[in-house]
Amino acid sequence: MASALINVPPRARRGEIIEIKTLISHAMETGYRRTQLGAPIPRDIIRLFVCTYNGTEIFRAELHPAIAANPFIVFSTVATESGTIQFQWTGDNGFSVTESASITVD
Amino acid sequence: MQRLTSRRQFLRVAGGAVAGLGTVMAIRPARATPAEMQDAIRKVVGSARITPGKVTLELPPLIENGNAVPLTVSVDSPMTDADHVKTVHVFTEKNPQPNVVGFHLGPRAGRARVATRVRLADSQTVVAICQLSDGTFWSASADVVVTLAACLEGGVGI
Repeated sequence: MASALINVPPRARRGEIIEIKTLISHAMETGYRRTQLGAPIPRDIIRLFVCTYNGTEIFRAELHPAIAANPFIVFSTVATESGTIQFQWTGDNGFSVTESASITVD
Repeated sequence: MQRLTSRRQFLRVAGGAVAGLGTVMAIRPARATPAEMQDAIRKVVGSARITPGKVTLELPPLIENGNAVPLTVSVDSPMTDADHVKTVHVFTEKNPQPNVVGFHLGPRAGRARVATRVRLADSQTVVAICQLSDGTFWSASADVVVTLAACLEGGVGI
């Protein structure tokens, strides 16, 4: 099973810009490689990453085969209110992983 | 004598034909060309004008391993409701596909700075294009030298 690492500060001041780092284990098979016998290895990548903050989408990334294995994405958001930040990765062969992190905003 | 000459001529012509065939076959590698990159950019941008500036694309200039190259794009933008970055797209010239990644941001990002790790198949030019909330497009490019290419190494195990 795929595992994801998420780095969200647990606590932030209202209006502060926080940096979010995400890493998920995935081979990101490009579809351009072949086995030693010459058979093509089919594409298997994560195509979409979406981040929502208390249900509102704040960030989205469309990934292509040129993204390195174990996609690592860093972005930022403004800490507006306490709640949960949810992350979803979806891709080929029905790949779908959802993770969440909670944040307290004072 | 006459026969020998014709045989020699035949070999010369045949050899030339084989060499020519080889050249034709070598011309079409499975990689995006600068023209394909322009097509991919036009698909995202449409007919709008792209102005160099505002965008900063950070990539190491010399890359030992093209399989995981840190890439950071930042845009000079206040990120307010009235003036913010909507999208950031990254393209390459010589990867098998010109598209690398498309980021969608909004005023809630606070800061227009995103980072990821990419694969680069060859020494080439990488282009980042951002769309601002007023509809204008801005770009930056970086030339990189890749010593160990991604994607195209020999086969993996069976």
